[in-house]
Amino acid sequence: MREVAIVAAGMTRFGELWRSSLRDLFVEAAAEAITGAHADRVDAIVVGNMSGGQFVGQEHLGPLMADHLGMAGTPAIRVESACASGGAALHVAFLEVASGACDLVLAAGVEKMSDGADVTAVLASAADQETEVYHGITFPGLYAMIARAHMAAYGTTEEDLSWVAVKNHRHGALNPKAQFRREVKLEEVMASTMVAEPLRLLHCSPVSDGAAAVLLCPLDQANRYTDRPVRIRASALATAPMALAERKNPAVLDAVALSAERAYRMAGLGPDDIHVAEVHDCFTIAEICCIEALGFAERGCGKVAAREGLTALGGRIPVNTSGGLKAKGHPVGATGIAQAIEIFEQLRGEAGERQVADARIGLAQNMGGSGASSVVHILEGE
Amino acid sequence: MPSPRYWREIPSRYRLEALRCRGCGTHIFPARRICPGCRGTDFERSALSLHGTVVTSTVVHVAPEDFTMQAPYAVAIVETPEKARLMVQVVDCDPATVKPGMAVALEFRRIRMEGRGGILCYGHKAVPAA
Repeated sequence: MREVAIVAAGMTRFGELWRSSLRDLFVEAAAEAITGAHADRVDAIVVGNMSGGQFVGQEHLGPLMADHLGMAGTPAIRVESACASGGAALHVAFLEVASGACDLVLAAGVEKMSDGADVTAVLASAADQETEVYHGITFPGLYAMIARAHMAAYGTTEEDLSWVAVKNHRHGALNPKAQFRREVKLEEVMASTMVAEPLRLLHCSPVSDGAAAVLLCPLDQANRYTDRPVRIRASALATAPMALAERKNPAVLDAVALSAERAYRMAGLGPDDIHVAEVHDCFTIAEICCIEALGFAERGCGKVAAREGLTALGGRIPVNTSGGLKAKGHPVGATGIAQAIEIFEQLRGEAGERQVADARIGLAQNMGGSGASSVVHILEGE
Repeated sequence: MPSPRYWREIPSRYRLEALRCRGCGTHIFPARRICPGCRGTDFERSALSLHGTVVTSTVVHVAPEDFTMQAPYAVAIVETPEKARLMVQVVDCDPATVKPGMAVALEFRRIRMEGRGGILCYGHKAVPAA
């Protein structure tokens, strides 16, 4: 396999972007990446999108987006793995370049969630329709069950969950692209509306519109497009049983651990080598479970990381410096690419007020459903 | 909406019919074609016991459209003595009392009335064990 680099990135703001359609968002992010690399064509386009069909009634996004980029004729496909669609699209783009099939590939994620669809119902289609959704469970409900299992097994508290939101909002306040550029107080989080016990509104990521795009090429061609390429050291996927009831321990995200194990092996690195990470905090409990599965904390010990500042900017391993899904926003299909962009900017020293000093190796972890799919990328700067 | 999807699920929804894998003994609910434990395909029919224990749970306050009239309601993962796990609502009690470790019985109930067509959907719910 060839070594692969990310050479350019583009991203919209995240938020309720009522003036922009699905295709507007995609083109804005993709064109920024292509222009940034001074490229006039790409060999292939991979679109990460969870559910254009259900959110805005639009499927067949490959040719649609190629056309709207003025690139009709270019091979283009859409990749779906629920909320991990962006990470999965990046994985496919990586394989296309690593295999030698293509030399310049655009991987772009997009989601338009605020156009009036029943967002709860659409997101629930990433859970098991026959055994879970049938009985009235929601996505916050599934993660609430994960949270209660974690609380019962490891003594995690509602306050521990709330500190993750406080930390990620503090980071998001520094990110010009974030949906919520404001801090929240612990008391506000703990007094917010109950959604599914023990998860409250401020434990949940928001409904967002947005798009994010990166350009990939072989490392040995990267200097045609940039003088600061970021190398993809690993790209790994894993799955776990779809229904939460089928997992041996609902407090443990097996797919995340497995995808991390594969990525670490591929890169020849371990959790101690990571300087900065973006993890899939769709709910605050998810960040706690993910940092345990990624090896940044021992199993059952992730609960103290945000409160004690280990995962805050300036801490031992800063997690979700972008604000995470919680504060930056979570346009589901775009999230995996946006995470990679935060790491890309960190490794190039372009993260502004959020910059982690001397960050050279970073990790992005993107998850689908209640943890049934997970994608991990490890990136390395110059 | 014409719904063969409902009648084909009757054995598992109405009778909690499961399969027992002859290869590894795993009880599989609802039935599948391949055992998730050993990938075996040789099964015998079994029925789940109508009782079990709560593994984990939540109380849904913001509910899907078909369930808004029921909120807040408890949903739990219940493990039967056969080690099969199923997700069900827990009713006939204060939702706040539903916690991991709680003993429950499984009863045949109406789950919801679906959408505008008003199809009645049945299945099992848990109630506190007597």
